Amino acid sequence: MDDAIAVRDLVVDRGGRRVLHGISATVPRGAVTGLLGPSGSGKTTLMRAVVGVQVVTAGTVTVLGRPAGSAELRRRVGYLTQAPSVYADLTVRENARYFAALHGRGRADADRAVADVGLADAATQLVGTLSGGQRSRASLACALVGDPELVILDEPTVGQDPVLRADLWARFHELAAGGTALLVSSHVMDEAARCDRLLLIREGRLIADDTPDAIRAAAGVADLDEAFLRLIRAGETAGAAGGEAS
Amino acid sequence: MNPRILAVTTGRILRQLGHDRRTVALLLVVPALLLTLVYYMYADQPAAPGQPSAFDRIALIMLGFFPFIVMFLVTSIAMLRERTTGTLERLLTTPLAKADLLFGYGIAFGLAGAVQATVASAVAYWLFDLDTAGSSGLVILVAALNAVLAVALGLFCSAFARTEFQAVQFMPVVVAPQLLLCGLFVPRGEMAGWLQAVSDVLPLSYAVEALQEVGANAEPTGTMWRDVAVVAGAAVLALVLAAATLRRRSG
Repeated sequence: MDDAIAVRDLVVDRGGRRVLHGISATVPRGAVTGLLGPSGSGKTTLMRAVVGVQVVTAGTVTVLGRPAGSAELRRRVGYLTQAPSVYADLTVRENARYFAALHGRGRADADRAVADVGLADAATQLVGTLSGGQRSRASLACALVGDPELVILDEPTVGQDPVLRADLWARFHELAAGGTALLVSSHVMDEAARCDRLLLIREGRLIADDTPDAIRAAAGVADLDEAFLRLIRAGETAGAAGGEAS
Repeated sequence: MNPRILAVTTGRILRQLGHDRRTVALLLVVPALLLTLVYYMYADQPAAPGQPSAFDRIALIMLGFFPFIVMFLVTSIAMLRERTTGTLERLLTTPLAKADLLFGYGIAFGLAGAVQATVASAVAYWLFDLDTAGSSGLVILVAALNAVLAVALGLFCSAFARTEFQAVQFMPVVVAPQLLLCGLFVPRGEMAGWLQAVSDVLPLSYAVEALQEVGANAEPTGTMWRDVAVVAGAAVLALVLAAATLRRRSG
């Protein structure tokens, strides 16, 4: 299997509403794939389906050659939820050590993960006393601590200062260079340009699946924001002309 | 289940408790204060000849109640927090097995309950001259078992609570009937038949009977061991049910 993730005709309903309308896409290994789309477009639902915690209505999700949610995948996939899911009543280090231990890693790995997200100085602080941005980095450290082959990051850079954001993106590319597959969601278009590949979803449908350059070329504009706007408009016209936009 | 993951999960839960000094203090001090209250309430009540004094009778049962009530509440809230903060969902994407988490809670809060029962027993025996025919170690054993039972019931009930308000409401639903029908207020043999039948299926009734056996007999009796086995069995059953209600996938 070359692709880290292969999604085929994925349909998901949540709370009686269709959230994903038959999405098909692949995510390669050794690259940072951006999952872009406005809030409520289905990014989180797609990521939950990939890590295997989402009940799926139809379609298949294959992760590292296995059906999503297989027990064996839990050792190979790291997941960062959108809201920081770390224990507020433990220190940064204690959180990292716990999640490291779950993946069979030791204290040194935990301390390195904490340092990698720039929290070495706050390692002995309770997570509950951290700022929002620090808390989300503590959560990120816990997602990366097991050296997973596939990393699913749901909006990892929200609330981070520009320097830290650049550092984190550099770290993501470093991991990709080492062969890790990363799927990173964002609703900020200026982060799209930092990705090797882009998946754009809107209202539960895939609008684009290509490299940033190819998307710019297809839309005939240099600005990704503008390119997405054109793709959306083009999709809507096609949808109105008949048949579902896919 | 993986012994290493179970151990680190138990350690993590105890560490969380350790960071919360106020909860630890309340856990240890409140039972002693309540025992003091009961001691002075019954201080002037004469005991019937040949019968244990009212304080001996009530304090013994209370030693079993404290861990049961407190650990049920603590567990319900702790598990609900795991759900609402997203840590549960994240844990379920890691190599942790559901049983590692549930038994981790059982062991961690079971230990906390044992410590609580030890402190309360020390106060009862040394300060207030609690008199039991059997050993204080057995009293603590039953109390610790009550804590494990309460954790198991709390884990199971938390599956049906979406908010803290709901979780707290399960306390009167699960705990109060067991307190009322356990035989402390009215001996079980003197209750109406249908109440006895209900009492017979409530695990706390057996814990109370076990404590009464320790109170009345110098050596552990067969009835006491049977009761201990029933309480332990109920705890395991509740943990299995809790595991069954814990879903890795949700809508």
